[in-house]
Amino acid sequence: MAKMTMVQALNLAMQQEMEKDDRVIIMGEDVAVDGGVFRVTDKLITQFGEERVIDTPLAESGIIGTAIGMAAYGLHPILEIQFSGFSYYIFHQLEAHASRLRHRSRGRFHVPLVVRAPYGGGVRALEHHSESREIYYAHTPGVKMVIPSGPRNARALLISAIRDPDPVVFFEPKALYRAFREEVPEEEEVMEIGVPQKVREGSDVTIISYGAMMPVTLEAVEELQESDQVDAEVFDLLTISPFDDTAIAESVQKTGRAVIVHEAPRSFGPAAEIIARLIEKSFYYLEAPIERVTGYDIVYPLFARENAYMPDVERVKQAVRKTLAV
Amino acid sequence: MPRKEIELPYRTEYLSILDEKGNVDAELEPSLSDELLLKLHRAMLSGRRFDERMLNLQRQGRIGTFPPIKGQEASQLGAVATLEKEDWMTVAFRETLAEIWRGKPMESFILYYGGFDEGSLVQEGRNDFPISIAVGSQMLHAVGIGMAMKYRKHPQVAMTFFGDGATSEGDFHEALNFAGVFQAPVIFICQNNQWAISIPRAKQTNALTLAQKALAHGMPGIQVDGNDILAVYTAAKEAVDRARSGGGPTLIECYTYRLSLHTTADDPTKYRNEEEVKKWEAKDPISRFQVYLSNKSLLTDEGIAALEEEIATEIQTVVDLAEKQMKNPDPVEMFDHIFAEMPPSLKLQKDEVIRNLSLAKKEANNG
Ligand SMILES: Cc1ncc(C[n+]2csc(CCOP(=O)(O)OP(=O)(O)O)c2C)c(N)n1
Ligand SMILES: [Mg+2]
Repeated sequence: MAKMTMVQALNLAMQQEMEKDDRVIIMGEDVAVDGGVFRVTDKLITQFGEERVIDTPLAESGIIGTAIGMAAYGLHPILEIQFSGFSYYIFHQLEAHASRLRHRSRGRFHVPLVVRAPYGGGVRALEHHSESREIYYAHTPGVKMVIPSGPRNARALLISAIRDPDPVVFFEPKALYRAFREEVPEEEEVMEIGVPQKVREGSDVTIISYGAMMPVTLEAVEELQESDQVDAEVFDLLTISPFDDTAIAESVQKTGRAVIVHEAPRSFGPAAEIIARLIEKSFYYLEAPIERVTGYDIVYPLFARENAYMPDVERVKQAVRKTLAV
Repeated sequence: MPRKEIELPYRTEYLSILDEKGNVDAELEPSLSDELLLKLHRAMLSGRRFDERMLNLQRQGRIGTFPPIKGQEASQLGAVATLEKEDWMTVAFRETLAEIWRGKPMESFILYYGGFDEGSLVQEGRNDFPISIAVGSQMLHAVGIGMAMKYRKHPQVAMTFFGDGATSEGDFHEALNFAGVFQAPVIFICQNNQWAISIPRAKQTNALTLAQKALAHGMPGIQVDGNDILAVYTAAKEAVDRARSGGGPTLIECYTYRLSLHTTADDPTKYRNEEEVKKWEAKDPISRFQVYLSNKSLLTDEGIAALEEEIATEIQTVVDLAEKQMKNPDPVEMFDHIFAEMPPSLKLQKDEVIRNLSLAKKEANNG
């Protein structure tokens, strides 16, 4: 086992899959010679050459459109979109074709591609470099929307995404790219897409989060344990869509309380769907209204104000206390 | 005859007037007033020094990521210098000097790259769009502006800036096509600085030039030495005059070079060799223009030295002014300018932020 950052773990996932499977190729802007602007594809060109690690012209629609053709032809392309804020150029091809070709060809074709893109704020970046708009993809039938939260699950989920027979949009929390290291086993490890993971046992309240909000959530939980003796159960969603709600619904049936944390804007955000599912499955067990801690329904501010936008430990604690006060 | 060459109505030209040593082609030399020539020189020099200062501020952590313009001064300035105040402009993000010439206050850039949305304020009376970071997206806006000008029978034109990388986006081709079909008064200025982050121009398109892309859309296209302000000015002036008099759009490829980093987050040593940069440093747009001006007895070494001092003072004033405005932003202002009227649901979110801030303040006071 080696201690790795998320960047290194993602790189390892691609490197190992490419070694094993010559259908896997990488396409994107600055992914080959430069190794990606965050270095996630660093040195892969050295091992696999420019036939498999492809620097494309600057055209996101071109990248995904051609990848759909390649995927239908039998390849497994991994696309890097430099920032999720520029992924809207792929949206038409993803919605109109990648997500529908299986259905439209009545099962004759399928589109096993992965769109990797860094998402999320907190890195003092320029406009379009901080948003958290996973819901656009989560709301697209036929597309899987995955967001890891640490080096180990990032590596395992990316391998699963590459092997998945359907299109997967894989958002990488750029704030966590190099935030911490984790043991990542050398041997292959996969993780099932669509299943939230319980990361902490507890009995007082269920907290559900994902991506770059996981460390914030867990810090708040530790502090609340210390200060208020709150014993929280925490889930890492990992897959935004489609996800199996069995475990979180059962957890809320046990705790009677729930808080959801995400940096995406509030209205119609992932929390709205999670709350709806909890209402459907666990309504009679609820002891208090469900709370959500989210970004706001505004244009993501430039960095002088981004701390006020991003959910932080204080806001999570406040929400947990509120639901426990009922 | 079933097979013959098709005569296209336009051909692609290349234009250079002032070579890298400062020699001028007297036949092609535009007749610009001394006053304008000196004004252009001052602007270029000031643009260069401001860029250097911004890089400094970034390295000191006083602003965030920003894209330097070093080397592209002539290819921006030569183009915008042909516009009237009432004309419109849409830019990408590396047109700092073009924007300054058009009246955007220098302190705006420090504010903006310092993380303050206030920095992208478009002051009353200015007709230029704020920067567009999503590559390739702003050209269509200029075409729409041009179409509206035509509809209103206004004598204005729209100029749009974009990089070599941007010519790969579908939006670029759609913009040229609309402009051609509707004969919009638009001037497309491509800043071909040879790189799109790590991707060299040759990997962006298999075409020999970017200028030739105009031909497919039924408009003239010209490639100019982008480090030669006289050439850029001449080509832009022709295009602006043509557009203004109802002659439709033009594509101008300014062949220049990004002497500095893509942005301050970039490390070009990873993908390009220093030799190439050295080669282009010798083609600097400012030094050759200085030779030209001193040959015309418009500029002396002492004159340049005095100007440098003036510019340094001016930039210092701008930095001070910006940094004064950058203290203690009110976070609640992030809710401004989302809609004409704030919907009730958003008002609730704003109130939540106000509440949290005053809670935090109370706690800070108690602690
Ligand atoms: C749609 C989109 N894709 C990717 C990016 C990331 N990006 C920013 S600048 C850039 C290269 C732009 O190259 P070019 O058009 O030549 O302009 P230059 O940076 O050289 O001025 C890229 C890929 C972006 N801003 N927008
Ligand atoms: Mg460029």
